[in-house]
Amino acid sequence: MTAAAEGAPALRPAQSRRTSLLQSESAQGFALISPTFLYALVLLVVPILVVIAHSFWTQNYLTIDRTFTLENYRIALTEPIYRDLLMRSLRISLLVSFFTVVLAYPIAFYISFHGGRHKGLWLFLITIPFWTSYLLRVMSWKVILGYNGVLNSGLLGLGIIDEPSTALLYNTSAVVITLTHAWAAFAILPIFVSLEKIDRTLIEAATDLGDGPLRRFMRVTLPLSVPGIVSAILIVMIPTVGDFVTPRLVGGKDGVMIANAIQAQFGKGANWPLGAALSVTTMAIVTMMAAATVLIIRSAARLAR
Amino acid sequence: MPERSKSERPMIEIAHVTRSYGAFKALDDASLTIREGEFFSLLGPSGCGKTTLLRMIAGFDNPTSGSIAVDGQEMLGIPANRRPTNMVFQSYAIFPHLNVEQNVGYGLKRLRLDATEEKRRVEEALAQVSLTGLGKRGATELSGGQRQRVALARALVMRPKVLLLDEPLSALDKKLREQMQVELRRLQQAVGITFILVTHDQYEALAMSDRIAVMFGGKIAQVASPKEIYQRPVNRQVADFLGGMNFVKAEIVEENGASMTVDTLGFGRVKTDKPAAFVRNGKAATLGIRPERLRVLWDDAKDKHEVAGTVVDRHYFGEITHLIVDIPGLEKPLSVTETNNFGADDIPVGAPIRLAYDPDALVAMAD
Ligand SMILES: Nc1ncnc2c1ncn2[C@@H]1O[C@H](COP(=O)(O)OP(=O)(O)OP(=O)(O)O)[C@@H](O)[C@H]1O
Ligand SMILES: [Mg+2]
Repeated sequence: MTAAAEGAPALRPAQSRRTSLLQSESAQGFALISPTFLYALVLLVVPILVVIAHSFWTQNYLTIDRTFTLENYRIALTEPIYRDLLMRSLRISLLVSFFTVVLAYPIAFYISFHGGRHKGLWLFLITIPFWTSYLLRVMSWKVILGYNGVLNSGLLGLGIIDEPSTALLYNTSAVVITLTHAWAAFAILPIFVSLEKIDRTLIEAATDLGDGPLRRFMRVTLPLSVPGIVSAILIVMIPTVGDFVTPRLVGGKDGVMIANAIQAQFGKGANWPLGAALSVTTMAIVTMMAAATVLIIRSAARLAR
Repeated sequence: MPERSKSERPMIEIAHVTRSYGAFKALDDASLTIREGEFFSLLGPSGCGKTTLLRMIAGFDNPTSGSIAVDGQEMLGIPANRRPTNMVFQSYAIFPHLNVEQNVGYGLKRLRLDATEEKRRVEEALAQVSLTGLGKRGATELSGGQRQRVALARALVMRPKVLLLDEPLSALDKKLREQMQVELRRLQQAVGITFILVTHDQYEALAMSDRIAVMFGGKIAQVASPKEIYQRPVNRQVADFLGGMNFVKAEIVEENGASMTVDTLGFGRVKTDKPAAFVRNGKAATLGIRPERLRVLWDDAKDKHEVAGTVVDRHYFGEITHLIVDIPGLEKPLSVTETNNFGADDIPVGAPIRLAYDPDALVAMAD
């Protein structure tokens, strides 16, 4: 008792020292993130504001008329060509995220549950293709899928087809295949992390309560890895909608996506306001689609219980 | 604890079970029979193989050699999900994405009961662990004690032949732990299921069990009732693990079947039971006496059996005092616990003291 009473006054200065330390710590924290914060502000927020501003203006040959108008949005939303491109982009990105996740999940599962001591090595091996430039990887798909490509020669050699198929390259599926491959690792990682976080005794508990391997996967592992699946889908879906390199290189006429149209407006078309309106529309729709996907998966997981 | 008439039918038969990790044996030729309806504890220090044994009964691990049978049926080759056992995990392993009701009903889903029957069994299990009304709570909105009850209900609702509990109380604070000990024991008597409890807390094992197996380094040292284990430990290790014990060197003068007569320096000539597992080591033997079996003799009180010495140290524990008493002739001072009713906490260090003992409390044991 006396010891505690003696201890009390001695504690007070220590406490105040701690709060002042905390204050200076948070100040230090702000100081630490401020370069990044400024960087993000200048390179992310400002360009987006510029784009949004442009979307309400009009292009007059070389000058820009800065009176407020919604005409660009009318064109973006009603012109069939843009609507079609947007729908196709959304469809491609949905397909790509679906296939990427379906292919990535078993890999992530295998590494997490059967990787043993070599988990790090497996993850490292998965990143190896990403040591080369994205362009090179797209080009290599051209080599695989092309008229005289690896796939055609192989199929010819096996006698499965009589003449090289032109159905492989320069269309939507070529874009889907290339993008799926390109984004695989980005989908594997979040799924892997969410699988790693699952307490293994939960799986033992499910077994103990009578579940075989398939049932316990469906009832425990899969629902608990939903956050990883959701982030994988978002990580893949959002950037693929706006991809323009892949459709340009392997998409041909059928594989053109909305980003190619946007690029055309900022480039050859020289209609920045329309390009801006298309960008903003795409951004808004992607955001809605992402939110909808998250909601659908979450409620599906909840219903599955 | 009232004694119940219990079936002698074996529920679990563990025969010569060994579990090796390379050259290391986590379990070394363990044999054990656990009876139907028994509250059985596996007691031992950390790393002695308790969890290993429990997990092999549950089917999460397989013996390197030996066999395990549950209710007469050999378990080898039967996967964990088809064994008539259920487990309460040390971490409780509550499914975080399910609420209390769904957690408790998890194993019932597979049985395809009709909805009302399933609901009734879940309610019944929740009532058994006093969680009625908490069915809709999320798994993350529970206290440690509540999580423990959910884990218990989830296993009990399956009506297993054997319930396995791996240190179920070790994560709870002292007060809650003592309350749960009583509840767990009462629950076991109510449902009549065979319970196997793993613990490293000797008081927990003594307070709850019908029988205890004490384990050291992968070997089972003794299997007996709590009283037997406490009063007649087979060796020094078991004696030490179950609380304080004064060891006294002795020399065997005469052996007579199950009893023997020994000479000690401090306690003179004593006749004692010879434990079944007694290992003879020439004429030397070790006797042990629990600190609370030594009684302080006040003023001119007399006893048939007494030793005299000097208090060399004193530790105060509230309701009891621990005295360290040096007895001429003994190589180590005796430790004595005395309740503080008569002022044992006031005996000064250095004071002469006389202690009474019951010769029956002196037990022979292997080293
Ligand atoms: N997978 C394994 N590989 C190697 N050794 C292991 C393995 N699992 C357990 N062991 C060893 O087996 C011994 C017994 O382990 P066990 O988990 O059964 O101990 P325990 O009695 O339950 O201890 P605690 O009270 O600490 O839980 C320990 O020495 C442990 O290091
Ligand atoms: Mg253990």
